[in-house]
Amino acid sequence: MTFAVVLHLAYWQLTIIKLLVVLSVVPLGALVLGYVFLMKVMAHMQSRLGPMDSGGLASRPGLRENPFLPHGWFQLIGDFVKFVQKEDIFPALADRWVFALAPAVVIMSTFLLFVVVPAGPHLIAQNLDVGIFFALAVSSLSVLGVLMAGWASANKYSLMGALRAAGQLIAYELPMVLGIMGVVVQAGTMSLQGIVLAQAHGSIFGFGRLGEPFVITQFFGFLLFLAAAQAELIQTPFDMPLAESELVAGYLTEYSGLRYLLFYMAETASAFAFAAIAATLFLGGWYLPGIGPSRQLADVIGPFVLGAKIMLVAFLIYWIRFTYPRLREDQLQTFAWKYLIPLSLVNILVTGILKVVF
Amino acid sequence: MSELLRSYLTVAIFGGAGVGMVALMLGAGRLIRPVRPQPAKYVNYECGVDPVGTGWSQSHIRYYIFALLFVMFDVEAVFVFPWAVRLEALGVFGLVEMVVFIAVLALGLVYAWRKGVLKWA
Repeated sequence: MTFAVVLHLAYWQLTIIKLLVVLSVVPLGALVLGYVFLMKVMAHMQSRLGPMDSGGLASRPGLRENPFLPHGWFQLIGDFVKFVQKEDIFPALADRWVFALAPAVVIMSTFLLFVVVPAGPHLIAQNLDVGIFFALAVSSLSVLGVLMAGWASANKYSLMGALRAAGQLIAYELPMVLGIMGVVVQAGTMSLQGIVLAQAHGSIFGFGRLGEPFVITQFFGFLLFLAAAQAELIQTPFDMPLAESELVAGYLTEYSGLRYLLFYMAETASAFAFAAIAATLFLGGWYLPGIGPSRQLADVIGPFVLGAKIMLVAFLIYWIRFTYPRLREDQLQTFAWKYLIPLSLVNILVTGILKVVF
Repeated sequence: MSELLRSYLTVAIFGGAGVGMVALMLGAGRLIRPVRPQPAKYVNYECGVDPVGTGWSQSHIRYYIFALLFVMFDVEAVFVFPWAVRLEALGVFGLVEMVVFIAVLALGLVYAWRKGVLKWA
């Protein structure tokens, strides 16, 4: 099958194909990250042997020590079955409509993130001109879902968790927006496809074989983006909204069964999407050095190259999550307002000056 | 339909699909899960004993001023994005303009900082 055939389909046919792909990528991405990082990597890093045994292989002598055997492969299936057969509980005091809609808002925000991420020269759901701006805008929609969840639960801990989440997300939205400004200055476009092409066609001091992954020229922006993404995804050094030792489960306290699973899936799928955006902005996205964007091969291997880069960024995110203890709420705000935001302003100016001078 | 509107039609379709997937999952779940209502199940969870007061009690939103600052800087970001895209064409003039713009805003942040607003009070 050649791509020429696909490109001549009608708008609605193409849209259905894209929709099916994204509909499968969202749960699949969440499953892969959940299995590889939340179970296997976490189990090995923190000696959590719980999810290592189910599936039967580990009970045989000599097999437990082999890290390449899929020990614990049954755990995800078991978890899913457990979530599905839980009762669907609405607290008596809850605001029923808002309570029911909150997971849908969060999932919708995650879904929209996948619209603008390219997986190949032609493999993109919709190449919006304002790509990265759009991605940032829809990613902050999830705050709305979180606030709805916390407010509608009629539970003190839920409300406190939701307020913390809102405070945290507005504080870290700024370093993220300002941090990627350097990339936009360098690429001269906001479209994610355009940013990948700018990296593919760029060169470092005249050496163009590798392209110009912006992680080299915008290393500081990359660090800002990672720190802010960690907070936006509510991963551990910044997970006060869900702090189980203080707030039961934060805004998730009153949710059960599938609705809880939906929040969980949205969180992991957003981690996947943010890793994809980081890979696209800073690591060259689907571009593999040596395979030019005009070749048809780039469409074939693009998704795999992007997938490998996503796993790399996701590993960084989860590595930090498994390593550091939780910050205090005031430390979190101080870190954003007194360090990250001034530094990101400096980053914009330095990038701008270098761009104009050279 | 123009190209621009059509691209946002795709966005709307994808947003709708997200909501549709949630509805589908919850609808399928309804067929599988058990329903055994008991009044105690619908009481809010606090720590195992009966909850005290209601959840909608007054609470202190500490980051009220932060939210105001956020609005200021977020609007700034909206202005900086078009500049960042067109910087190559704007050249030195655009750069100097932006340095002045960001310096004025940074002054606002410094003022808030000196006033002690950035403390978690």
